Amino acid sequence: MDYHVMREFADSWGLLFMMIFFLGAVLFVFRPGAKKQAEEAARIPLKDDCNE
Amino acid sequence: MKYGTEIVVLALAAFAALVAAAMAQDVPFQQHMWVLFFVLLGTVVVLMRNTTFAPRRAAAIPLRPDASAYMDGPVRYGSVATMFWGVVGFLVGVVVALQLAYPDLNIEPWFNFGRMRPLHTSAVVFAFGGNALIATSFYVVQRTCRARLFGGNLAWFVFWGYQLFIVMAATGYLLGITQSREYAEPEWYVDLWLTIVWVAYLVVFLGTIVRRKEPHIYVANWFYLSFIVTIAMLHVVNNLAMPVSIFGSKSYSLFAGVQDALTQWWYGHNAVGFFLTAGFLGMMYYFVPKQVNRPVYSYRLSIIHFWALIFLYIWAGPHHLHYTALPDWAQTLGMVFSVMLWMPSWGGMINGLMTLSGAWDKLRTDPIVRMMVLAIAFYGMSTFEGPMMSIKVVNSLSHYTDWTIGHVHSGALGWVGMITFGAVYFMVPKLWGRERLYSLRLVTWHFWLATLGIVVYAAVMWVSGIQQGLMWREYDDQGFLVYSFAETVAAMYPYYVVRAVGGLLFLSGALVMAYNITMTILGYEREEEPIGGQLASPESVLKPAE
Repeated sequence: MDYHVMREFADSWGLLFMMIFFLGAVLFVFRPGAKKQAEEAARIPLKDDCNE
Repeated sequence: MKYGTEIVVLALAAFAALVAAAMAQDVPFQQHMWVLFFVLLGTVVVLMRNTTFAPRRAAAIPLRPDASAYMDGPVRYGSVATMFWGVVGFLVGVVVALQLAYPDLNIEPWFNFGRMRPLHTSAVVFAFGGNALIATSFYVVQRTCRARLFGGNLAWFVFWGYQLFIVMAATGYLLGITQSREYAEPEWYVDLWLTIVWVAYLVVFLGTIVRRKEPHIYVANWFYLSFIVTIAMLHVVNNLAMPVSIFGSKSYSLFAGVQDALTQWWYGHNAVGFFLTAGFLGMMYYFVPKQVNRPVYSYRLSIIHFWALIFLYIWAGPHHLHYTALPDWAQTLGMVFSVMLWMPSWGGMINGLMTLSGAWDKLRTDPIVRMMVLAIAFYGMSTFEGPMMSIKVVNSLSHYTDWTIGHVHSGALGWVGMITFGAVYFMVPKLWGRERLYSLRLVTWHFWLATLGIVVYAAVMWVSGIQQGLMWREYDDQGFLVYSFAETVAAMYPYYVVRAVGGLLFLSGALVMAYNITMTILGYEREEEPIGGQLASPESVLKPAE
């Protein structure tokens, strides 16, 4: 596999995959019900952390 | 027998180091193997003096360690190591700053600038920053996953293995062993050792996440994990090399020419992006909410800026190679991605700062919060400055000048240093079961000494860097350069002296911290007036934000 083959793959399928992944991540964050879940997740460090 | 396996393995390793010293093909390698031999021998002696031959009793050794308790031993050692290497790294920084102002301080051959400079950068980035990241990641992952560290003593291996890496890297530089790759100077055998330690680190961290009791993986762990995984990839690819001899210190890179240069800066810039940014953002996302006792401002913003940061940072490296043999399109690509990076960076900054909304009064009463806020502010400033400097026109003035050094230090001292200090001040009383720190007033002293040091340093480097850049490009009407290079060096003298003063202020702040931390660990509490009168009543502190 030479440079040009990799280059072509990177700026076509590679680019497409990364764009879709990123947009998917963003859309996932704004899905219905995500706000409530995010607020719960944000409280994780504030729950008790004592070392029994 | 206590430490039985460890003693045997380390003694065998010490013997192997001795053999390597005997078979050495070059003098530096021989000296380095002697160093390794004595380090390992010393460790074996210490372990043997602490061993016992008492028979194991069933009651004394539970079959499984209590899975509910957190494993904080490596975190405690890591906090002390962070403090220790921090002071060493800042001290070497002050020395190299003085060497630039007073060249007579270059002591040949071990302590000249060329060998001391990588000692400084590696000590602050990998020894101070690395220990801080390992210690805080172990602390945070256990508490946000509600699970004990995975792998038992593997976490201890990570800690001590990493210290061995630091010692071998540092002594190697002073002996003149280097592969001349920026922030990756250690030669092939030290690189191989770090790879083993790093894989163990990944196993411990990932294993802890896998057996978490908390269903959601908190965002700080995402940042830490991206840091560990990406550094593994960067380290391996950047250090692909062929050693001349298995008993020699010299190796040759797999890459040559411009490919080599780009590989180095792909590594170099992502060391900034994933070691000094993503890892420390993980720190921010845990310790800032803890210290102000509020959830992070927007959890969803943290996820979006995480993925944006991950996808953008990896392409920014070429901006270190503007106006070189690198193809023009690659330079432009690096520049564009660097400018785009501004957005996720400021997403993180805004998220960190806004976590304080409704608790801004703590800036007045809590010097640790003040430190964290300053760290986030410097993160914002240096992630604005960086994209600006990556623009080719700006870079034509700033490249190779002290401006770059100023930029790096506003990020490293301001962001990385201050957020680490804040995290250590937070962790230490909890790790050693103390009511509070020895003295909050000393934290204020540390804050102001460090802040003044950073401001002096950064401001002086801006002035000297821009002056340097302008002097280099000054032509007369005949088309000749106005200044010789030596003249531009001589013109920097006053700035270099003031820069050393800035560094000295930062170092004194760290010494104040070391004293404060030591006294806290020893269990002392200084009698002192609370800062800014009374703190808010306990009810308002405990109540969540409405």
